[in-house]
Amino acid sequence: MVSFQQRDIISIRHFNKEEILYILDLAKRMEQMDHTEILKGKVLASLFFEPSTRTRLSFESSMKRLGGMVIGFAESGVSSAAKGESLSDSVKIVEGYCDIIVLRHYLEGSAQLAADVVKVPVINAGDGANQHPTQTFLDLYTIQKTKGTLEGLTIGFLGDLKYGRTVHSLAYALAYFGAEMYFISPPSLRLPGDFMEALKDRKVKCHENESLMGISKRLDVIYCTRIQKERFADPIEFEKVRGIYRLSKTMLEDVGIKDNLKVLHPLPRVDEMDDSLDATDFAVYFHQARNGVPMRKAILAAVLGAIA
Amino acid sequence: MKHLDVAAIKDGSVIDHIGSKSTLKVADILNIQNEEQVVLVGMNLTSKFLGKKGIIKIEGKIIDQKEANKIALIAPNATVNIIKDYEVVKKFKTVIPEMIEGMVKCFNPNCVSNHNNIKTKQHVVNKNPIRLQCHYCERIMSANDIVLI
Ligand SMILES: [Zn+2]
Repeated sequence: MVSFQQRDIISIRHFNKEEILYILDLAKRMEQMDHTEILKGKVLASLFFEPSTRTRLSFESSMKRLGGMVIGFAESGVSSAAKGESLSDSVKIVEGYCDIIVLRHYLEGSAQLAADVVKVPVINAGDGANQHPTQTFLDLYTIQKTKGTLEGLTIGFLGDLKYGRTVHSLAYALAYFGAEMYFISPPSLRLPGDFMEALKDRKVKCHENESLMGISKRLDVIYCTRIQKERFADPIEFEKVRGIYRLSKTMLEDVGIKDNLKVLHPLPRVDEMDDSLDATDFAVYFHQARNGVPMRKAILAAVLGAIA
Repeated sequence: MKHLDVAAIKDGSVIDHIGSKSTLKVADILNIQNEEQVVLVGMNLTSKFLGKKGIIKIEGKIIDQKEANKIALIAPNATVNIIKDYEVVKKFKTVIPEMIEGMVKCFNPNCVSNHNNIKTKQHVVNKNPIRLQCHYCERIMSANDIVLI
């Protein structure tokens, strides 16, 4: 039987298909349940060594809406890490004050390290460029909700596929569901070779493209990501690509799409999606952001053993 | 009688079939500089299947499987011979373990294991060709990325 009780939530790689479906189902139940105090008396330590206001507020709101309490800090400058304390020491001390830790840290692997040294469960709220599993769960939840299923979809990942950790984790998870994947990016921001190999090893049909031209009609979902100027050595290169990857209502109509296409984006956006898209039925990114709360409620409640 | 490239030892261990270039690294991992008795190290010896090989003979030290496995990463073809009174009494191959601890530096500069004073750890996801996945940052290293600590 699947159980999340006392489990660390570090990486999407630690979850199989059955476990993913289980937590998506719990999120659905959470959404239908309006007022509940199942985490009354429980304390969440929210340790953000790197600022991420949306993720932090989403976790804190989820905990409080379930009747729990939140302690913590929002940037490392105010913590003892600023005085040179090691991450292991910091979390070992905080462990004594709480029932669960949510950790955001700029170093990759930091959440795994924390989980290895403390007994309370640790939830990874982003470790550098590596993982952000609750984001992946809520992305999956959004796709399942808006498409009615996760099985056999054709997904286009668009934008920065080299550094975009949300893309790597989501692609990993969707491989369980027989997805066909199009990776659409400028040549310099392609999906790293080892990720592509790993997907092919899992029998995923993968394609690489430089634009939506000619393939857009096949897509059930477009997962759009930010293209950051800092990633380009040459600013002219950046100017060249930003137009190609800017989604707008007219652009999508021009290239041709399925009527029930859904566009996701982990937000915040810069200018890769035009406001004209917001009012269309394609745009589900604000809905996606709102799904963060039921998903994180489900994870907190399941890990703390308040729901099964 | 078989011609010996490196003089025989009476009691101890002989590590044979080391890729020649890895010989000194193997010596380092086995910490032979602290041995009190005779240690013979040979490099660039002729080998039928490696071309050139290295050999290390340590008088008075018995290497067990666990210790031998530490060198498996850099000397995957090595064999260990345990010698007693000039005779080989036991012979075994090195085996790459499932998990490598405290031996390989993570190649990702942004990995927590390169910033905190912690023991590195990698899961062996493939043995041939070697592929190691960092326990912390999840990045996968292949042979070219592997740097020993
Ligand atoms: Zn690492």
